[in-house]
Order: sequence, then C-alpha cells, then structure tokens
Amino acid sequence: MSDVKKALMMFGKKLVEQIRKKDNPTVTLPVRSISNVKFNRKTGTLELGNSMANRQFFNTAHSKKFLQTIEVANVSKKLAEINKTTSLRDVFYQVKRTIPGTKINVVDEQTETDKAIEDLELITGFSREQLHINANKNGSIAGNVIIEDKGDAINWSKLGSGGWSIPSNVENITFKKVDAKYVLYMEKAAVWERLHEDRYWEKNNCIIVSSQGQTTRGIRRLLQRLAEEHKLPIYVLTDYDPWGFYIYSVIKYGSISLAHIAGKMAIPQVRFLGIRSSDIERYGLQKHFIKLNDKDISRIKQIAEYDWFKDNKPWQKEFKQMRKFKAKAEIQALSARGITFISEKYLPEKIKNKDWIE
Amino acid sequence: MSFFLNYKMVKANELAKQQREISISEFFAKNRHLLGFDNPSKALLTTIKEAVDNALDACEEAKILPDIFVEIKQVKEERYVAIIEDNGPGIVRAQVPKIFGKLLYGSKFHRLRMSRGQQGIGISAAAMYGQLTTGKGVNITSKIGPNYAAHYFSLHIDTQKNDPVITVDKEVDWSLKDHGTRIELELEAKYQKGKRGVSEYLRQTALANPHSKISYKGPEEQLVTYPRVINELPKEAKEIKPHPYGVELGVLIKMLQSTKASSLSGCLQSDFSRVSAKVADEIITKAKLRAKSRPKTIARKEAESLYEAIQKVKIIAPPTNCLSPIGEEGIIKSLKKEFDAEFFAACTRPPSVYRGNPFIIEAGIAYGGSIEKDGLATIMRFANKVPLLYQAGGCAVTKGALDVAWRGYGLGQSKGALPQGPLVIFVHIASVWVPFTSESKEAVAHYPEIMKDIKLAIQECGRKLGIHIRNVVRAREQKQKAGLFEGYIRELSNTLSELSGNEKGEIEEGLKHFLEKKLPLINGEKI
Repeated sequence: MSDVKKALMMFGKKLVEQIRKKDNPTVTLPVRSISNVKFNRKTGTLELGNSMANRQFFNTAHSKKFLQTIEVANVSKKLAEINKTTSLRDVFYQVKRTIPGTKINVVDEQTETDKAIEDLELITGFSREQLHINANKNGSIAGNVIIEDKGDAINWSKLGSGGWSIPSNVENITFKKVDAKYVLYMEKAAVWERLHEDRYWEKNNCIIVSSQGQTTRGIRRLLQRLAEEHKLPIYVLTDYDPWGFYIYSVIKYGSISLAHIAGKMAIPQVRFLGIRSSDIERYGLQKHFIKLNDKDISRIKQIAEYDWFKDNKPWQKEFKQMRKFKAKAEIQALSARGITFISEKYLPEKIKNKDWIE
Repeated sequence: MSFFLNYKMVKANELAKQQREISISEFFAKNRHLLGFDNPSKALLTTIKEAVDNALDACEEAKILPDIFVEIKQVKEERYVAIIEDNGPGIVRAQVPKIFGKLLYGSKFHRLRMSRGQQGIGISAAAMYGQLTTGKGVNITSKIGPNYAAHYFSLHIDTQKNDPVITVDKEVDWSLKDHGTRIELELEAKYQKGKRGVSEYLRQTALANPHSKISYKGPEEQLVTYPRVINELPKEAKEIKPHPYGVELGVLIKMLQSTKASSLSGCLQSDFSRVSAKVADEIITKAKLRAKSRPKTIARKEAESLYEAIQKVKIIAPPTNCLSPIGEEGIIKSLKKEFDAEFFAACTRPPSVYRGNPFIIEAGIAYGGSIEKDGLATIMRFANKVPLLYQAGGCAVTKGALDVAWRGYGLGQSKGALPQGPLVIFVHIASVWVPFTSESKEAVAHYPEIMKDIKLAIQECGRKLGIHIRNVVRAREQKQKAGLFEGYIRELSNTLSELSGNEKGEIEEGLKHFLEKKLPLINGEKI
C-alpha cells in the first residue's frame, strides 16, 4: 500500500474512532489566514503559526466543509489505488451531487473542492500532486533550454509562437541543457508574446516566463528549481498596482493561503524589476495612469503592513509613492513609446543598470 | 345600547310632542339614507340590525343571557320576510303598539334627535319601511313571563297621525318560551351574501357578544348557530351625566332649557358629571354670569360664553364605569369559537377620554391554523359591540392597524397595506359617544386619543404574536436542521466507509446517536 493511501485511510479510521466514542467527528486544522502566518526572517519565507481550528461535523456552519474534506480524501485515495492523476476540475465533478431529499449540493463551486484539497495537504502532509491531483497547465516559457519530461526531450527554443505550457507538477522533469543568464517572469501573457515575437530571450540570452494572473504552483516551483539548480537570477515584471506587488510577494516569500507549502515554493533571491515609481517618472507614464479605487488603496495599506514588507525601506517608498500618485499603470503603458520599446530599451537598460529592488 | 347616556332622554316627552307635528311619512322619506334604508339590500340589513340590537339591549337590561333567532324567507323577487325572535323580557301589552307602530318612540328616537352616534331610528322605522314598500304591517308576538299569556298583534302605522292601527290583537299559545318577543316583517329587499350581508353581520355580532347565542337561517340556507361562549352577562354599564367637555353648544342650550335646577350653578352641578360647587363657580365667573341666574333665562350669547368658559376650566376626567368592554377573555373565547387558528391574543386598554367622552379600545387577533394564508389580514371593526361593515377605508380602526409596524412581529407588510398572512384583527371601541365620520355611522373618526389607543391595543396583541411566530420559526428551523444533518449523515457514512474501510452501518448508527442524544444537549434544547 502506498504511503499516500495509508495516510488517507488512517485519516478516515481516526474519524470512525471518534464516532465510536460518540464524539462529534472533528478535524483539527491549522488556521490558514494572515492571523496565523508568520514571517521567518532566517529562511526569508512565510510559515504557518500554531493556531488550530476545529472543523466539526455536527455544526451547521462546518458540516458541508467537513463532508467536502472527506469526499476529496476519498477521491484521492481511489486515485492512489489505481495510480492515476486527475485535475482539480475532475475532483470537483466527482464530488458534486445533490444530497437526496434536500436541495443541498455537496459542492457548488470548484473553489470549495480546491480549498478542501489544500486542507487535505495539511491533514496528510502530502502535496496536492502527491495526492494525485494536478492543476491545469498554465503560462508559457521560452529560452535556450532543453528538458526531459516522461522520456520526451523538449527544446524551449523551438516551440513556435506559443512556447511550452508549464504543467502543474514539474517535479519529474530534468534539465538537460540550460543556456541562460537570468529568468524574466512577467504577470502578463500579452507582454510575454511581445518579447517572444521580438526574440528577446535569444537576444538577451535568458528565459522568459509568464502566467495568466496569479502564479501557479507549477510555475513557482519551476522558477525555484531554475534558481536553485542553475543559480539563475529571477526578475519579476508586473503591473504598477498592489496586485502586481503581491504577485512578487508570493513568488518571493510564499502565499498566505498556502503558507504550509511556502518552504517548498518560496524563492528568496527574486528581484522586482518593475514597473516601479521611478519608471513612471523616468518614462513619463503618468499619461497612462488609472485612478486607484478604494479596494486598491486598502490593499496597499494591507500589503505595507505585512511583516515581510514592514521594515523594507525601498518597498515602503514604493507604497508611499503609489499612494501619493493615487494611480496605477499597466506594463503595456510602455508600448506608448513604441511597441518594441520594452524589449529593446526598457528591459535591457533596467538589467544593465541593476535597477531593481528586493 | 344600554350603556349609553341616559341624559339623552331628558325631556323626552316634550321633544316627542314637537315631533308629532311633522308628517311621519314625509320625515321618513327625507331621512331614508340617514336611517339606513337607502337601498333594498341595506334596508334588509338595517332591519335585522335594529331588531337584533333591540333584542340584545332588552336582554341585558333584564339580565337575561340573550338567545336570538333570525330568519329571512323569500316571498318573491325582491320581497322578503324577516323574523327576529329573542328570549328577552317581552313587552307589556300596552306598550307593544307604541314601540312598533309609532315612529320616534323610545330611546333610539332621542339618540337620533340628538345626533348621538346610535345605529338608527329604531324598529318602528323598519316597520315603516316595510309598510311603505309592501303595504303590509308588522306582526309581533310577545310574552312577559311563564305565567302570562302571549300576545299577538298585527299593526299598521297611520302615517298622517303617526299612530299605530291595530288590525289583530289576540292571545296565542307560545308555550315554547317563558318570555320573549318575536317580530315578523315583510319588506322590499335584496338578499346579499358575503362581507356586507346579514349572515356576516350576525357572525360578527356573535363575536362581539360572547354571552349571546345567535342562530340564523337565511333563504335557501342551512341553519347556523353561534353558541354562547361566556355564561355571564357583561359588566353593567352605569349611566353617567354628560361631562362638560363633551357637550356641544346646541346641547348645552337645550340642557339649560330643560333642567330641573333653579339656578345656573345648580344646573351645572346636578346635570353634569365632575362639576363641584367650586368648579361651577369657576366656570360661571369666567363666563361673567351669575350663579343664581335661572337657567331658562340664559340667552344664546350667554350660553356661548358659558360654553367657552367650560373649555378653559380644568375639570377632572369623567367616570369610566359607564363603559362595558367585552374583555380579553371574552374576545379570545369568541375568536376561538369562530376561527380554527393556532394563536390568539387580546388586549383591553384602560379607559381613556377624548373631548370629555370616556372610551375603551379592545383588540384581539387570531393567527394561523385554517385562516386564509394568501393575501392580507382581515380586519373586523366594532363600535359598542355592533359590527361596522361599511367604509373600512375611512375608519380610524383601519388606519390604526395600517400604522402598526407588523414586520417587527414577523409578518410581511407592504407600505400602506395591512399585514400579509393568516391573520384576523378584531378591534372594538366602546364609548358613551362613538365619534363617527358621517351619519351612516360606519367609520370611526380619527381623534388622536382614539388613534393612539387603537394602535397600542393592536401592538400589544402584535407583540404576543411576534413571540409566537419567532418560536414557531425557531422550532421549524430546528426541524430543518435535524433534516439537514440526516442528509449529511447518509452521505458521510457512505464516503467515510469507503475511505476508512469500516462498516457503513456502524458509522451511520454512531452519527445518528449523536444527532438524537448529544446534539440537543449541546444546543441546550429539550429532548
């Protein structure tokens, strides 16, 4: 029996034991919110604190989540038995049904099973991928790199206009050849396409990576492996807004909701290239400002208060400046200076001048 | 009704003499609408109303628990016979022709003359109407005691002289009853069913008079009986003299004319309530009149300053023993008899005063059960134990019910509407003078003091209803919660059995045990 299957069965048997003792079946989980997330200054990553919460079956506020947790555990156990992997979406559909005689669905939205799977990681100590569940592949990558994945050699420089899509699980790929001086990660797929069309990675001997919005675990882990195994500097390029700043924060320190796996994902040596307040002034991007809304403003205040930013002077300067501007801007604002401005001038200059913050 | 002021009877005979000069048929024709005979369907209702009100009054005055039977028979199209029978004290033989065959005789006449909020002119008006529309007279059977013979009369009214003309006068056998009166009257009418018909009127009359038994048989209808639910007569209403604040100038002048007192001061003290020698003095001084003046010599102008002086002097509120409310117990028993509801509440407010007239507001509610769930609440209005079936929209009682914030009691309510749901609202105003908005006497006027008490009485009932609704809702929620857990238990047992490899039955049993035995303890509920 695999370790995963054993752990899942044990989880079930523990609950049966509680039921035998005529107890309210209870799953104890660490609290996964900012109140229970600590910043470890030594490792430079986020980690979970010691606050625990009980999820009880006989509590109308918990019953549904409790059932969802058991449901996903059972799906995962069945996958372990046949040694197959399935997607988050598949898990959602395997669990989704209406409880007979009621109007209640076991799950209504995929985010519920996604959360339950994260809980299961904490319960069993196995990662989502080890539990035989993968996220969709996401993002694109290009560069002078050859990898091997399930026996296939893949050359990241010869994949046409789309590049290689990064799978949820990158544990089993091996790097055959890595010819690059740095990795450039950008929040926007459209910017990646601009750079790819301009053969930026070839001209500058680097790797370019993008995601669509939030950075997936697969991308983060891939960046981490490139940083650790090949000692490549990682540069991050996001929109000039609080949400872009947080994307950088997640890649560098780990995310709050996934603090339990921050250690496996965080890349403390990541650098933030832009867009920064100084870029706004230097390149005259004020013309392309978008006014901050109330949500943006409260998010900046929140981020500025995070332990890992609180004493960081360059970052506090950024937050202050943005609040002074009362405005945000997109990476694409640079295109106003010409469509190849970003690939031919902005990025090479920034890297050459070491114009980044950490 | 019996608890109305007797002061309205002052100098009855004198006034009646004056009335005799007028042609009765002319008077009737002119005042038909005021008397409630404006159309054939209302005429029938008014006839029944007059007879039933008389019967209830007579029974209460004689301290007899009323037992009333009403029947309506159709003779031909738009022609009906109304029969009203009671177990009252009966009427002495000599009085029968006068009461039924002489318009403007008896207490109701005075009330009308003085415009004092009574229901109509009296049974003789109904007899008059019957005679004018059918040419037939009224038949009366009356018996005053077990050892007396019953008398049967047939009589007409001489409309020129306003005198009864007896066509039949005989002794009959009526051994079924110890005492009582039976009236039989043919009239042109339309029989109306539903909300404003005779049957609804009697149903509501029974509600407001829980000490009465009322039976009714409509044309082509089954006999309906509203049983007596309280075997006790209502508290007797004492007669009081008018309070100075409640007397209008015209009435004041008439009272000065007809008083037995020889001085103005004496008149004020003896003919009004709450006027002491000191108060009388104060009034007279303020009016710049003389205490020793003979009341009959007070001129109109002086009366006016007397009237104004009264308003400026502080006089304590009138006594309230002149009122006879139904009582909370009576209202609840009545509602229980009539409605198969799940919740009842009632409230009798302490007496209050508007313009010198004491009044009491009572409210009751019936909720849930088999009361119509869809649509708005039903409101039933009563003035001095008489149902008000018309002009609900212009009535202070309706306004009061609309002004209550029913949402606070767990009921739905759109702006400016009655609450929604299975609710009946019962409101009774008892007063020596119920202020109506018009002569037809179907809607209570919006005096602030009356409005306030109507609202307070309804709110009191509403609060109790709110507690009930919350409890019911809570119980329903608890049941839903248990049902919810049952569903979850089935699902969890299946899945957990698969996950752990343990028996499903054992898991399900353990969970059910917790649901039934332990969860209620945790939630602090009674098992």
